[in-house]
Amino acid sequence: MPIHLEIVTAEKTALSEDVDQINVPTKDGQIGVLPRHCALITILATGELDIIKDGERTGFAVSGGFMEVLPTRVMILADTIERADEIDEARAERARRMAEERIQQQKDPHKVAELRGDLYRALTRLKVAQSRRIRRKM
Amino acid sequence: MPSTREVRRRIRSAKNVAQITRAMEMVAASKMRKAQRNVLAARPYAERLWDVMGELTARMTGGKRKDTLLDVRKEIKNVGLIIITPDRGLCGSLVSNVLRRSSRFNNEQRNQGRAVQFYAVGKKGSDFLQRNQFDITYRLTRLGDTPKLVDTLSVANHVIMDFLEHKQDEAYVIYTQFVNTLVQQTMLKQLLPIEPPVESKRERNDYTYEPDQEQVLEELLPRFVESQIYQAILESIASEHSARMVAMRNATDSAKDLVQDLTQTYNKVRQSAITNEVSEIASGALSLMEG
Repeated sequence: MPIHLEIVTAEKTALSEDVDQINVPTKDGQIGVLPRHCALITILATGELDIIKDGERTGFAVSGGFMEVLPTRVMILADTIERADEIDEARAERARRMAEERIQQQKDPHKVAELRGDLYRALTRLKVAQSRRIRRKM
Repeated sequence: MPSTREVRRRIRSAKNVAQITRAMEMVAASKMRKAQRNVLAARPYAERLWDVMGELTARMTGGKRKDTLLDVRKEIKNVGLIIITPDRGLCGSLVSNVLRRSSRFNNEQRNQGRAVQFYAVGKKGSDFLQRNQFDITYRLTRLGDTPKLVDTLSVANHVIMDFLEHKQDEAYVIYTQFVNTLVQQTMLKQLLPIEPPVESKRERNDYTYEPDQEQVLEELLPRFVESQIYQAILESIASEHSARMVAMRNATDSAKDLVQDLTQTYNKVRQSAITNEVSEIASGALSLMEG
């Protein structure tokens, strides 16, 4: 019995298909969703989101949002979401370097916290993109 | 009677105008289709947020709503108004409708002793507010035809912060709703405090909330405002292009009518010139024969 997964952002419906399992980064940590999960509404964190379908894994980089889980249906309202093969690694790398430099210069703790968020998002995107590359080599 | 050369010149310029407006019509038509798609694509997100919000707010009443974006204040002194207009003109009465509605809103609020602060999205509205010395707290222009959500977040952030810091007690948006190609409607909508759905229609599920209901709601409410503003901007862009398309089509039609009228004048002028010449020759010949 598959789960029907729908990922929507404010701009578009990014994905709508049947999958076997979803691994999602939530505010309280990474969770796995299998069919017949109990009804749940949770806050997403920045991180890697994995979809497993017919034994194949597809990686995404997500940066916050919500997830609504019902036994046969999962709805993800993502702030931003990028599939691993859509990620522009060079851009993510630039974003990472810029965030690091700014953190060095910034003294205001609020701004630093904000920049840490940027840095973390860039790192996640790099990680998702790279894990895809490594798997492809195997 | 104008000279034939004069009329020919005017025909040529009317034809040029028709060509340009026709090209603008076609550009607007293709942009409109794209903008329409964007509006539709953004809808599911807003609808889902609305559903989840319905689940949550039903259990949250009165005191718990204080210090959130649901907080309905007893005394309203300051009101924020976002007005969404295009950056460019030549789109019929769309801009003036939004501006007229905004002025009326401003007067209504002032009659109740409230002050209105403006957030201008789009150059036309921003210029108008400045010209008439309204109180502009924020402006955002040059969004382009297909803005992303992140491009519009700055407006939402300002409105939300101003509400939470009690600089404003209510916030509204005036935009143009896209009904269809021929009909666009100027709309006034309340943004803050958020008026939650009275009762959600769908079946109740006993959700587990992680970490808990308050935190989920706290994350959800600002996103709802963001998506409402984003939607209003997308609707306005779709309206802008369809209004421009219709305006340009009318302009093309008028230019073509003008060409037709002028061509008739041209023929008349030419004919009377020929008649003149012929009658001159005839009368010349006649006087010779008589002589």
